[in-house]
Amino acid sequence: MVLSHTFSSSEVNSVSSASSSAPQTPETGTARVKRGMAEQLKGGVIMDVVTPEQAKIAEDAGAVAVMALERVPADIRKDGGVARMSDPDMIDGIVEAVSIPVMAKSRIGHLVEAQVLQALGVDYIDESEVLTPADEVNHTDKWAFTTPFVCGATNLGEALRRIAEGAAMIRSKGEAGTGNVVEAVRHLRRIKGDIGRLRALDNNELFAAAKELRAPYELVREVAGLGRLPVVLFSAGGVATPADAALMRQLGAEGVFVGSGIFKSGDPATRAAAIVKATTFYDDPKVVADVSRGLGEAMVGINIDTLPEAERYAERGW
Amino acid sequence: MTAPAIGVLALQGDVREHVAALTGAGARAVPVRRPGELAAVDGLVIPGGESTTISKLATAFGLLEPLRERVRAGLPVYGSCAGMIMLADKILDPRSGQETVGGIDMIVRRNAFGRQNESFEAAVEVAGVPGGPVQGVFIRAPWVESIGAAAESIAAYEGHSVAVRQGPLLATAFHPELTGDHRVHALFADMVRAAR
Repeated sequence: MVLSHTFSSSEVNSVSSASSSAPQTPETGTARVKRGMAEQLKGGVIMDVVTPEQAKIAEDAGAVAVMALERVPADIRKDGGVARMSDPDMIDGIVEAVSIPVMAKSRIGHLVEAQVLQALGVDYIDESEVLTPADEVNHTDKWAFTTPFVCGATNLGEALRRIAEGAAMIRSKGEAGTGNVVEAVRHLRRIKGDIGRLRALDNNELFAAAKELRAPYELVREVAGLGRLPVVLFSAGGVATPADAALMRQLGAEGVFVGSGIFKSGDPATRAAAIVKATTFYDDPKVVADVSRGLGEAMVGINIDTLPEAERYAERGW
Repeated sequence: MTAPAIGVLALQGDVREHVAALTGAGARAVPVRRPGELAAVDGLVIPGGESTTISKLATAFGLLEPLRERVRAGLPVYGSCAGMIMLADKILDPRSGQETVGGIDMIVRRNAFGRQNESFEAAVEVAGVPGGPVQGVFIRAPWVESIGAAAESIAAYEGHSVAVRQGPLLATAFHPELTGDHRVHALFADMVRAAR
C-alpha cells in the first residue's frame, strides 16, 4: 500500500497555499488539476468511438468526452485474442477531429502503454479491465503521470486502492460490451452501500474498517467524513438506453460512460443525443420517456450468467 | 432582506462546487435546469463543464433564449471556464451548432492554454478581489483573445486576459470553485445584491 502518496481532498481544497505563498511558476499535473478535470465532466456522457467520424457524431450529440478505441468492448468479446492500447495514428485522428476531451485505454499495469498515451497528449487515461491485463499483481503508479487516470471498481475497497495509486476518477466496472446494466448496478450499489456503512461507524471502528476494505486508513476516514468518494464517480458497463443512463444517475453515478451501446445500435446519432438528455434530466421521467421514442433498435444484449468466467471483465483487477 | 437566490445552471459540469462556494460566500444557491427555475433567481452562475454540451442542452431544453433575455434585462451572471465561453459575444472556431448566451463584449479562444497535460495552477491577481492573489486553476482553459470597449479585463496571466467584468456580468477562465477560497463568489454575490 503506497501510504506516502495518499492525502485528503481537504488538503487539495485548502486555501493555505493559495493566497500568500503561492508559487509564481505554473504547476501542472497537480491532484487538483487532475481531479478537477473530472469534476468538469459531471452530469455528462463519455462515449466509446473507433473512428474520427464517430467522434464527431458523439460531439454533435453533446458528449462531454470520447474514449478512443480500436474496437468497442462488444467486438473485443466477439473477436477474442489479446486486447491492447489503440494505434497512435488512430488516436491522433480522433484528437484532431473533436474539441472535447479525448480519453484512451491502457492495459492494467502496462506502464509503457500509459506513458505512450501521455506522450500522445490524450486528456485522460483509462487503466481498463476491458483490455487484457499486462500485470497480474500491480496496477500502474498513476502519481507518476501528468495525465489523469480513471479506473474501474466493483466496491469501495477497490475504488480506494485505485485512488491510493493515484486515480483521479472512478467508474463502476459493469460488464462492458454486454448491453446489460446489471453488473454496473451491482457495483454502484455496492460502492454506495459501503460508503453508507462507513458513515455509521465511530472513529474507533474506522481502523478495522480500513483493514477489512484493504484500503489506506486516511482515505477511509476521509470517505466516512465526506459521505462520498474524494474523486468523481461515474458508471460504466452495459448502458444501452436513456433509461439505463438515468437509472445509473439515480443510483448515485455522477455521469455515465457508454461503450458499445451507441455505435452498436440502429441509429447512433439519435440514441447518443437521447442518452445525453436523459443523463441531465435523470430524475424527470417525462423527459426520459420523451427522448426514448423513435430510437430504433438497441444493441442486442448478453445475459451475464451465460458468460464463461474467463470472459467476465469485471473480475480483472483487484 | 432575505439573501438573494443565485441559480447555478445545472445542465452539466461542476455544479456542486459552485453551490458550495456560493453557500460559503453567504448566498442562497439553487440549481436551474428549466425556464421556470431561471425566472425565479436574482443571479446565475454558469459552471465549468464542457461548453459544447452545455450549449446543446440549453438549446434543446428551451433555455437559450430565456437566458439571453434575462442577460439583456440586467441579470447578474458569473461564468467560470465553460461559463466564460457561454458569456462571450463571440468564440473563435466554434463547433457546429455551438451557441453562446453572450453579453460580454469579448472574443474567447477555447482550450487556449492547451490540452489536459498543460492544465495548471498559478496565482492570479484579480482586480476587485481583496486579500492577495487567488489560486487560478486552469483546466483546458480558454483565454480572452480580444475585448471590447464596454468590458474590463480584471485579471491577466502571461499576457492573456483571464477574467473580465462588464456591468453585472463576470467571467473567469479559471475555477475558483475548486479551491475552497470563496472570494470570487463573494464578489459575485455582492454584484447580485447591488443589482436587486
